Amino acid sequence: MAELGVYVSRVAPKVETFLPGHRACIGCAEALALRLICKALGTNVIVANATGCMEIVSSQVPYTSWGVPWIHTLFENTAAVASGIEAARKAMERKGRIPASNTKIVAVGGDGATSDIGLQAISGAFERGHNMIYVCLDNEAYMNTGIQRSSATPFGASTTTSPPGKLSTGQFSWKKDMPAIAVAHKIPYVATACHSYPFDLMKKVKKALAVEGPSYLHVLSVCPTGWRCPPDLAVRVGRLAVETGVFPLYEVENGGYRMSVDFPALKPLTDYTKLQGRFRHLSEDMLAQIQARVTEEYQKLKEKAS
Amino acid sequence: MAHKAGMEVSMAVSEVVALTDTDVVAAYPITPQTHIVEHLAELVANGELDAEFIPVESEHSAMSACLGSAAAGARTFTATAGQGLELMHEVLYVASSMRLPIVMTVANRALSAPLSVWGDHSDVMAVRDTGWIQIFTENGQEVIDNVICAFRIAEDRRVLLPVMVHLDGFNLSHMIEPLLFPEHGEVKDFLPPNNYPLPLDPRRPVAMGDFGPPVIYTEAKWAQEVNLQKSYDVILEVWQKFADKFGRKYNPVETYHGDARTLLYITGSFSETAMTAVDSMRKAGQDIGLVRLRLWRPFPFKEFRKAVKDAELLITVDRAISFGGPPPIASEIKAAIYNEPKKPKVVSFVGGLGGRDIHVDGFETIVQRGIEIARKGSQNEYEIFGVRE
Ligand SMILES: Cc1ncc(C[n+]2csc(CCOP(=O)(O)OP(=O)(O)O)c2C)c(N)n1
Ligand code: SF4
Ligand SMILES: [Mg+2]
Repeated sequence: MAELGVYVSRVAPKVETFLPGHRACIGCAEALALRLICKALGTNVIVANATGCMEIVSSQVPYTSWGVPWIHTLFENTAAVASGIEAARKAMERKGRIPASNTKIVAVGGDGATSDIGLQAISGAFERGHNMIYVCLDNEAYMNTGIQRSSATPFGASTTTSPPGKLSTGQFSWKKDMPAIAVAHKIPYVATACHSYPFDLMKKVKKALAVEGPSYLHVLSVCPTGWRCPPDLAVRVGRLAVETGVFPLYEVENGGYRMSVDFPALKPLTDYTKLQGRFRHLSEDMLAQIQARVTEEYQKLKEKAS
Repeated sequence: MAHKAGMEVSMAVSEVVALTDTDVVAAYPITPQTHIVEHLAELVANGELDAEFIPVESEHSAMSACLGSAAAGARTFTATAGQGLELMHEVLYVASSMRLPIVMTVANRALSAPLSVWGDHSDVMAVRDTGWIQIFTENGQEVIDNVICAFRIAEDRRVLLPVMVHLDGFNLSHMIEPLLFPEHGEVKDFLPPNNYPLPLDPRRPVAMGDFGPPVIYTEAKWAQEVNLQKSYDVILEVWQKFADKFGRKYNPVETYHGDARTLLYITGSFSETAMTAVDSMRKAGQDIGLVRLRLWRPFPFKEFRKAVKDAELLITVDRAISFGGPPPIASEIKAAIYNEPKKPKVVSFVGGLGGRDIHVDGFETIVQRGIEIARKGSQNEYEIFGVRE
């Protein structure tokens, strides 16, 4: 799997619908994740995009990076907008006003749009069972507005609203388990993925496409700007997130957990943290505390998957 | 041919929405709008309306789902009131700015706190600037006729804007009235299928809702404003076509004994009581008439100026407070006539808040007090009717 990475450009679908010319930062792996996702989605989709980095970098009147129908309205309502599109096409197809199309509706939002401000709308859409894929591009903070913490920011990380200081050691809370929230809605398909595992990511997108009903993809997306890591290391940092067990890759199909990649032994947490400025202030004690939690959570996940 | 039936106005709204073959309804229940949503759900459940009913988890999502639905080219309806309209607030601007023809009935309700499920116009005034076409109604027939007209106005290629039809919570939404319902075929003739120009469709990709830097934002807003102003002629045209077909004519400004020297202004269903008050005052020899705005946005400047120019005194009653400022409709009315060479003096009242009724004698009191203030002047910018100090 690891070695296949170099062949991505040759083996991946040729179709591009998240097109070049956008204004993401150098080394932005959220843009990379989105590009890979779009390759796997193909052209029979309609995308509803939340306010956030990917919306801002890909759209500015009169330009667009989107080769598929795309709509942006607000920050927190994307799952509801997608619900409306899905319902509209369902009604119009049934009434013969547009031809039957099997078009998939895809909602795309950042971790802030997903695990914070848009959570209610997502819960509503999942509960109602709309035929849609919800993709969370998780770069672990509100990057578009200048690296503020979200509930998906990892414990200890420094952001502009969780700064370390005399009375603070950075983010005070543990990352919200958004995939588990999705699973709790008993939707047919939930998966985590990362741009650094492109084939795994694209395979999961294809699976979500085939699902009838809601599916949820939680995609860790390295943001060199916000994570304060060298732009050329974005892919390596993503791999390390998985190899250290910080961000395990797994799928939940109809409630059944399966690990997508597993390792005989996890790499130490610090292999991952030491490449990123956002963890630079952490003491050995704190790193040990985080390491213990990562190991424990990973074990729990593996038990669920066994 | 049309048939007559006695029905609660809310249910009647749902019945005419069914006559329009609406494709998508996304709505969240709130008193006093609930009967509209409930009856729509029932019509869909019974197969009497072939639509997708999205039982959303909030009004913010109701309006957001409407955005998606209208952008996909579906005929789209929702209804709300008071707090629900407030929760939609941010989304309302997007609907008009992105030119999405959504129709919404608002069963006007007071705003918290204290919690009040009863009627006034605080909710309307809070969404004044959202870019929606807004129509006031005074009785059940006007509500259902204007719901039908609203779809035709909204979806007209020259307009493509969302339309709110306001009806007073309880005082109108819960009244049982004899109503004339057009037949399905008649509505079909009057209302062509929605043909949104560039819907979201993989056969022809479009990008909607790009962000607008300073170089384009002003132009985008101006285009929106010009478009809303231009919708005025289409609204008149649609009302005329409706009159030609169904025999009932609506006007941007409605008057009752409009040539009187003293005119009373009131909005919505209270005008029917005000008319009774006008009748009794006229019987007693007073030269009084009534003027109302049917069209709130776009504001019918010309018609309004014309309607009031020969009056000496205009007594306005707002059913909302603009805290620390002038009553909202009064202030617009004053601004509209300020530069006119011939204009009435304006005296303003606020009343009918949070379900407090104004009866016939109440309007008579308001008028007498208004005349007195016009003569003697007053320390206050406006007076609040019937308040216990
Ligand atoms: C109602 C509302 N609140 C706040 C904002 C400001 N805002 C825009 S994008 C954003 C953060 C986006 O973060 P995330 O969803 O994680 O996406 P990212 O930019 O990190 O990809 C914020 C706070 C807004 N647009 N709307
Ligand atoms: S801030 Fe981060 S997520 Fe946003 S464009 Fe830059 S690198 Fe990408
Ligand atoms: Mg983010």
